[in-house]
Amino acid sequence: MNALSRFFARLEGPQTIGRGPVFWTGFLIVLAGACAYPMFSDGYTVGNTVYFFTWVFMALGLSLIWGYGGSLSFGQTAFFGIAGYSYGVLTLNFGAAYGFTLVAVVIALVIAALAALLLGYFLFFGRISGVFLGIVTLSVTLVLERFMAQTAGPEWAIGKARLNGFNGMSNMPPLTIPWPGGDIVLYPDVQLYYVVLGLLVLVYLGLRILVNSAFGNVLVAIRENPERAEMLGYDIRKFQLGAFVIGAVLAGLSGVLYTSWGQYITPSSMGMTAAALPIVWVAVGGRSDLTATLIGTLVVLAAFQALTIHGAQYALVVMGFLLVLTVLLAPRGIILALAGFLGRLGKSKRGDA
Amino acid sequence: MDAITVAFAALYQFGDAFAFLVLSACGLAVIFGMMGVINLAHGEFIMCGAYVTVSGANAGLPLPLAILLGALVAAAVGALVERLVVRHLYERPLDTIVATWGLSLIATQGTLIVLGSTMAGIGTPLGSFQIGGYSYSVYRLVLFVMAIVVLAGLYVLFNWTRFGVMARATIQVPHMAAALGVDTRSVYSRTFALGAGLAGLTGGLYAPTMTLVPTMGTTFIMEAFVTVVVGGADVFLGTAPAAVILAIVKSAMTSWQGQLFGQIGLLLAVIVVIRVLPKGISGFLLRERA
Repeated sequence: MNALSRFFARLEGPQTIGRGPVFWTGFLIVLAGACAYPMFSDGYTVGNTVYFFTWVFMALGLSLIWGYGGSLSFGQTAFFGIAGYSYGVLTLNFGAAYGFTLVAVVIALVIAALAALLLGYFLFFGRISGVFLGIVTLSVTLVLERFMAQTAGPEWAIGKARLNGFNGMSNMPPLTIPWPGGDIVLYPDVQLYYVVLGLLVLVYLGLRILVNSAFGNVLVAIRENPERAEMLGYDIRKFQLGAFVIGAVLAGLSGVLYTSWGQYITPSSMGMTAAALPIVWVAVGGRSDLTATLIGTLVVLAAFQALTIHGAQYALVVMGFLLVLTVLLAPRGIILALAGFLGRLGKSKRGDA
Repeated sequence: MDAITVAFAALYQFGDAFAFLVLSACGLAVIFGMMGVINLAHGEFIMCGAYVTVSGANAGLPLPLAILLGALVAAAVGALVERLVVRHLYERPLDTIVATWGLSLIATQGTLIVLGSTMAGIGTPLGSFQIGGYSYSVYRLVLFVMAIVVLAGLYVLFNWTRFGVMARATIQVPHMAAALGVDTRSVYSRTFALGAGLAGLTGGLYAPTMTLVPTMGTTFIMEAFVTVVVGGADVFLGTAPAAVILAIVKSAMTSWQGQLFGQIGLLLAVIVVIRVLPKGISGFLLRERA
């Protein structure tokens, strides 16, 4: 019991909202609901929910970089694409036998991390701040998209994997877990749902521990005032680079899961519109808190899909308005604003009693 | 294939790249230099100018007038955007970027819904001329001249007019300028409209050479971003020299490996430059001078 309470203590801190028995009871109820959900739903809807979940990793990574670290990265979809394409190239070449897809996931994430390390080195060690950081990362993403879009010819192939230009790659094997008595192939259905849900819970809790650790506190100090953090003796470049790489790996995880979920990836998943969407999810929910980001991302994604039924173009216009209005009216994010409002309400009630 | 032919071909390529970089970036640079914010809807102002220009030309306006109309409409839209959105965010430059990105989404998709996926263009005017067996477009030369004219015009505007004096005062120390009676809000909003108008002008100038699609703004913004990042906050000490250097990189890479490698070359150049000169060329020059 003591170990358990120590574990919970590390999950809580000044950098995250939600603490104490009430929050964690709610968390467990939601988790239990999420675990029971496939029993009350059909395979298609469950697969669709997995699709929502795959994006949340990228959103949480952006929350860490932008919300906690204060570095505006518009290039998350670049790492999404790098990892997605890496997974595709690796699995198309080596197949899915002997659990190779899991190895491919790891390699794809390492490639994304190395790309982030290289780019981040030039950015943070060149002391690129706010505005420029955003547009350089966005430029990298746009050039990567254009590069992949022109790889239609047969000369653009890595081993057996054709890159296929604007149409993208397809037919890579889905994630496969080797199992005695037959491999488990994770098609977008109940099994993949539980795997991704498990990953999501791990990443969420892991990030909570991270942002409430010394690392997270320094990151927030850098966001609030980089000079002061530096005067206190921290090499802020290393902390920013660290957050950037972790965020990139999470974006890569989204990319890998997305690629194996739909068995395709296209350059447009990195482009201008695709790159704007994570910004919308994170900004609308509340970028400076993981829980708000998580909830906000799922809500916005669900709303987006509901709108898409009436036409994808309209849904994007609504996303644009949502972003502009959030920035103007609730700069910290709608979920965070609501949480703050409820918190004040609760406090004043207690004050009355 | 004698030396003059080769030299002219290289010079033409350079001029073309230079004009594209200067015209793409000037509107963005004016706004960035003044307010320190990047207008991510920059490409959509370019798109707006291009669409208005082509509509005007199709309606029978002579092309120069249609281009002017495109610039004016973009400036008017810019003024409106400033009034409705950007004005409320001057204290929060990072949020301005995010909000203008939202505007960019709205503009791109709105155009797609209202006007469809493409619009009938107008052909490139003025024909072509030949030097040493290669033919060159006359209009590209006009674009190069226009890039110079825009730079000269901005120089005159910022150095010889009352608005220019107030604008430079506002750039240097905003609250001091305000204390001396400059209406800084008005300076900001006029500068934003100016930047949007310049973007519209760029759109109008390039409209005859391109296919009109709602996402055409993205063709320009990479170049615009890169030029502003390399140049830094000053249009004359930054954007112009940055455009010269980047145009050499871009035209060399383009003639070696094609359009895309021109862009990759630009990107690599910018990543190296920010590592060496984080405040861009103008930051470097101004520090040297100080």
